Amino acid sequence: MLRAAPAIAIVVLTGPILFGLLATLLPAFGWFPALGGTSLSLEPWNMLLAQPGILRSALLSYATGLLTAFIALALVAGFLAGWLHSRAFGAFTHLLSPLLAVPHAAAAFGLAFLLVPSGWLMRLVSPELTGFTRPPDWLIIHDPLGLTMMAGLIAKELPFLFLVSLAALPQTRAQEFTRVASGLGYGRMAAFLHGVWPQLYPQIRLAVFAVIAYSSSVIDVALILGPTNPAPLAARLVTWMNDPDLTMRFQASAGAVMQSLVTGAALLTWVAGEKLVTAGARNIRNSGRRFAEDGLPRGGFAFAVALAAIAVFAGLGLLGLWSFSGYWGFPDALPRALSLQIWEGQLTGLGRPLGITFVVGLAATLAAIILALACLEREARTHRSGGSRALLLLYLPLIVPQASFVFGLQLFFLFAGIGTSFWALALVHLVFVLPYVFLSMSDAWRAWDKRYAQSGQSLGRGLNAIFWHVRLPMLLRPVLAAGALGFAVSVSQYLPTLLIGAGRWPTITTEAVALASGGDRRLIGVYASLQMALPFAGFAAALAVPALVFMRRAGMRASI
Amino acid sequence: MPQAENPKPLRLDRVSIRLHDRELVGIDAAIAPGDVLTVMGESGSGKSTLLAFVAGFLEPVFTASGRVLLGEDEITSLPPHERRTGLLFQDAMLFPHMSVGENLLFALPRGDARSARVAAANSVLADAGLGGFFDRDPATLSGGQKARVALARTLLSKPRALLLDEPFSKLDASRRQTIRRHVFDTAKAVGLPVLLVTHDRADAEAAGGPVFDLDDQ
Amino acid sequence: MIRILNTALLAALVLLTGIGGAAAFDVSDWKSVEEKARGQTVYFNAWGGAQNINDYIQWAADTVAGRYGVNVVHVKLDDTANAVARVVAEKAAGQSESGSVDLIWINGENFVSMKRQGLLLSPGWADELPSWTYVDHENKPTITTDFTEPVEGLEAPWGMAKMVFFHDTARDLEMPDSFAELVEWTKANPGRFAYPAPPDFIGSSFLKQALIESVDDPAILLKPVDSADFTKVTVTLFERLDAMHENLWRSGRTFPKNKEALRQLLADNEIDIAFAFSPAEATNAIANGELPDTVRSFVFSEGTLGNTHFLAVPYNASSKEGALVLANFLMSPEAQLRKQDPEIWGDPTVLAMDKLSDEDRESFGALDLGVATLGPAELGPTLNEPHASWMTELEKEWLRRYGVAN
Repeated sequence: MLRAAPAIAIVVLTGPILFGLLATLLPAFGWFPALGGTSLSLEPWNMLLAQPGILRSALLSYATGLLTAFIALALVAGFLAGWLHSRAFGAFTHLLSPLLAVPHAAAAFGLAFLLVPSGWLMRLVSPELTGFTRPPDWLIIHDPLGLTMMAGLIAKELPFLFLVSLAALPQTRAQEFTRVASGLGYGRMAAFLHGVWPQLYPQIRLAVFAVIAYSSSVIDVALILGPTNPAPLAARLVTWMNDPDLTMRFQASAGAVMQSLVTGAALLTWVAGEKLVTAGARNIRNSGRRFAEDGLPRGGFAFAVALAAIAVFAGLGLLGLWSFSGYWGFPDALPRALSLQIWEGQLTGLGRPLGITFVVGLAATLAAIILALACLEREARTHRSGGSRALLLLYLPLIVPQASFVFGLQLFFLFAGIGTSFWALALVHLVFVLPYVFLSMSDAWRAWDKRYAQSGQSLGRGLNAIFWHVRLPMLLRPVLAAGALGFAVSVSQYLPTLLIGAGRWPTITTEAVALASGGDRRLIGVYASLQMALPFAGFAAALAVPALVFMRRAGMRASI
Repeated sequence: MPQAENPKPLRLDRVSIRLHDRELVGIDAAIAPGDVLTVMGESGSGKSTLLAFVAGFLEPVFTASGRVLLGEDEITSLPPHERRTGLLFQDAMLFPHMSVGENLLFALPRGDARSARVAAANSVLADAGLGGFFDRDPATLSGGQKARVALARTLLSKPRALLLDEPFSKLDASRRQTIRRHVFDTAKAVGLPVLLVTHDRADAEAAGGPVFDLDDQ
Repeated sequence: MIRILNTALLAALVLLTGIGGAAAFDVSDWKSVEEKARGQTVYFNAWGGAQNINDYIQWAADTVAGRYGVNVVHVKLDDTANAVARVVAEKAAGQSESGSVDLIWINGENFVSMKRQGLLLSPGWADELPSWTYVDHENKPTITTDFTEPVEGLEAPWGMAKMVFFHDTARDLEMPDSFAELVEWTKANPGRFAYPAPPDFIGSSFLKQALIESVDDPAILLKPVDSADFTKVTVTLFERLDAMHENLWRSGRTFPKNKEALRQLLADNEIDIAFAFSPAEATNAIANGELPDTVRSFVFSEGTLGNTHFLAVPYNASSKEGALVLANFLMSPEAQLRKQDPEIWGDPTVLAMDKLSDEDRESFGALDLGVATLGPAELGPTLNEPHASWMTELEKEWLRRYGVAN
């Protein structure tokens, strides 16, 4: 039975994506009998390319993907270089980790309120310092180059890359290499960047690809912060998919294919860029410059990282405040009156979506944990790991843009007769939850001291007994942490839940977006708070349960 | 599963362990019940690989030929948990999520009533001078105490041979003598053949048995 | 493989149950409809962006459940097109029996689209519902013609919409009284007016309003656009828009997403004029603290756009009878009265006062419409919707000119 686990995992990771892509590809070339498309043609592409500003939209998506990844990665690299092994490092880790559980949309809403001309930052200084009694007519969010959108994306992708790097660091023996380099006279940052980064980067490369893919195809953040004239490609094609003129679906499918091409192009550009950067880095290394004076860059990176985290938290805090406020106009920095009206109004309707979010999340997460454990255990028993190919498969759902295949997937489920069932929804969530659960768990699992298993087997206990009584209990903490992460991922899924759930299975996130289309910041505040409360509860449980179970076992205490 | 209540010798029949084309270990020896064969060598010389082969954990990258027998029964192709070769490491490897007593219970066969098994565990603890330690957290034990519990645990599983992978090197000098004595005396009393792997000559002398030096190959 | 089985099964069902799959039922035998509806679950797909509307729908759901045994689930949409897209997908998959959408809150372009694609329950049923006897279809032409497309009973009227503008009187500004005056107003107040970009419903409606006011003979707009020279007819419109766009909020480089975003801009004091399609919009916003209580509504004296919003049943709804029972209830005087109450929602009724009982008529008359709501007499003349094809051309041209910021 364990033998089937890797095969099942592969099917889960690749099947829905392949079927979804295929079911998007056909309408893109004119085939969709229900709408009268019975022969292949290039007409959808003509329609697509005739859209005003379409190439600009594509370029916007392309550039956003590359720049977001580059800046976020640079910040992570610079910050690690300057501050690894410092006393402040632990504090920064604690500052950045919770951000992983914050849904992108909530973070974007928060940032929007901070930055708009009628937003909180302006309210702090108006009218005292600026003389503004009305907000100035400045184009900050929705700027045509998408800079605000990029800032929002960077703020969210930064913790992701940071934590992935942290997970990979132990294998690089960072401390020894940096000490050797320092001993040779290199400054602290140069020591890290020359000595450790070249080993670290290949380990996090796939995560960087995931960032490129996400940023080049993000929808909700683009709608909240991104340009509107024209909007990035993915945001536009979702609008076309939903257009009352049903023949737009052909054009939208062609757009979905174009999105895949744009993301692919961004990834290829990045790979080419890697070669350039490697060559350039080699030159710098061989030049022998020591860069011993790096106090200023060190401070700069710390500032940038702290700023990103604080901005997101501030935005979220303000959204929370909005959920308790009455009318709150410009230029008041604080609401004039507080009220529970919004919370009271929402409470009655919350039961069902909360319950569904919870149950779907639990189902998908449990399935992911079981599947991941089965694969890892099989790997341990057969001494055969999937290697880099398995890793690529794991990252596949993170690299293929959701907008490119989820619409096709909806059709596929309808044809297969699965339609709007709860299990179809849980399955689709599983596709996105499994990679995170597996990746989060696998390092700890593989790093476990095998001598425990050998001792146990020498005592006459079989492999199954070892798994249930020794290995799994000892690795409870990483398994639960992986589960909490998977649960957070499930909570934040929007497009798949909306389409596959067909409205029968509303979750907190789908409700949030539906109500957020009402523009009321207080409602947004309520739902953003709920969107975060669930994952945080998951992480709290992941911390509390092992602490309770192993209360009297000093040897099981967490190392962090 | 082979029965053998009577003490049997451990025989290594023309055992050869190779890594790629190089032979790491080549040994042909028999260990009588209660005797100790010490295998000595520097780090990386393959002595731990020999132990792994006998215990059933040889990594796939190595190739091995030859047989391992306990009395008349060949155990070379048995899975590790059926070989009944007790294994002790440098670290006591007490399961940190279980109490001392639960560690011991883990080694006992499942069929009997819990009360009988608990009684057996407690009696073994008392014999090792650790009476009343059943509910203790293994992390609170000293190095010497952990070593004794590890030995007790191994003996509870009724092994027919004892494989020792440098089990004394982490103990401080004062403890080392006592624990060494304790292990060898117990093995002799129960009648177990012992395969000891070490780089410390003092261990070999205390064992008092034949010494096989890998560096002499 | 599964698909072949599915299709085979479906074919068998069709053959066994008669031509057309679903046995055609008789709306005029209302008792039997109510009987069949009992125990059904109706998935009512309606926009969920306003809490007061959601609450009203929940009240209707609870009442219908208690009274008729029909279980209603409000599927909250952020865009009606999502539900339409779902029905399309189901049609593509051949699911003509057990659709996931039973009732849709709909109007205009979505209705036209569904009707043309054959996605609506046919033949017409709305004019056979018991509550139809109260409906004011004689005096409200937008009830029988939706966006110039004949309704033919394929959707049931639910409420009336009229475009109203609103502003904060505390800011003490003069308000324009026509589109031309609005253009002048933006010159005097640069950066203080915005409208949502098409294809947003409210944005398109604003353009329609501007179009009607910018042609010599509005009757030409009732005919399909091919029969006139689009460029010639719209020359004044685009001249005015070009002039206005220089002085728009954010200089026209970005547009608010929808009417809620527009309202938030007014609340944030970024713009001075907002508009919506519901006369009670401003009152509702004041009531739940989104806008200050100094906000008031106004219209153009020559008239603003008005139409009706409807309830439609997809051709493949699983709970057709339940959907009809719900639609009938929502059209009833009881439900319409509560809907028009600004404390609840404030949406104008589709019913004719003279067709109601004396008691109901009095109740309607006694409603206090709210501080920022204009009464029926103050709403002014209603301008007719142009033919749908004008909007398609207008949106295309708008996107071409203004869709890409410089």
